[in-house]
Amino acid sequence: MVVYELTDSEVDAMFRALADATRRDIVNRVLHENASVSRLAERYDMSFAAVQKHVAVLQAAGLVTKSRRGREQIVSGNLASIHHIQKLLSHFETVWKQRALQMAEVLRDDATTEAPPNPASSGARVDIPHD
Amino acid sequence: MNVTTHTDPEALTLTTTTELAASLERAWRLVSDPRQLERWWGPPEWPATFVRYEFVPGGRAHYFMQGPDGERMHGMWRILSITEPREVSIEDEFADDHGEPSGDIGVTTALLTFEPIDGGTRLTILSGFASAEQLEEMVKMGMEEGMREAIGQIDALLSED
Repeated sequence: MVVYELTDSEVDAMFRALADATRRDIVNRVLHENASVSRLAERYDMSFAAVQKHVAVLQAAGLVTKSRRGREQIVSGNLASIHHIQKLLSHFETVWKQRALQMAEVLRDDATTEAPPNPASSGARVDIPHD
Repeated sequence: MNVTTHTDPEALTLTTTTELAASLERAWRLVSDPRQLERWWGPPEWPATFVRYEFVPGGRAHYFMQGPDGERMHGMWRILSITEPREVSIEDEFADDHGEPSGDIGVTTALLTFEPIDGGTRLTILSGFASAEQLEEMVKMGMEEGMREAIGQIDALLSED
């Protein structure tokens, strides 16, 4: 399994997000228990919109996730699951990187092969017997 | 070889971008021609064979990938839309050996976009997954298929330049 590595800019975003005391507090709270944005707003001496902004910064940095439950926006600090999904996605990164490399190889063969391209294809149904 | 990827764990998407040294029309054949497609769809240890390929909107494809022990994994595509030679949107899922969806694990999507750039074609692939559980199942299955070995090879190739 490819181990996911954060890029510099992702690390920057994370540190910037955590540089603010309110945001650190939010992460701390939602790591223990999910909370709606409105419930978080009650805890701080600031507007709902301001709290929502903090949550958005944390979300962009990948530190919390937000989901909808009815009219409420629920904030969760499931770091582990974020990283887990990231790891799973990185497997498919590899699959697609490999496909891209193979595409490049196919194109390179154009230059070295005399054989004309196979005309049987576009839009055609091709049935090849197999077991 | 220029390949970049971007993952979005919350949206469950993966974006892969590669620059191909070929004209738009030539690059398009990588996906419109099943003989070209099967040269890159499967990993080296699990080459793909497309036994049915209807490259039209609403068309279906049936392929299998054959492993080193002769084991075959079948898959099928539904071709959702085609804008030749720019864009193709597909759904991919596991299939039985007749190319009928097996219902296992569910559907993944891929949107391939080709655009001409200086000296070639940029291909962007947006792959989407239905859920984290599906992603997990697919990775497990990929690991069992023995695709693991490929991972080191690709990373080595990509780090060469």
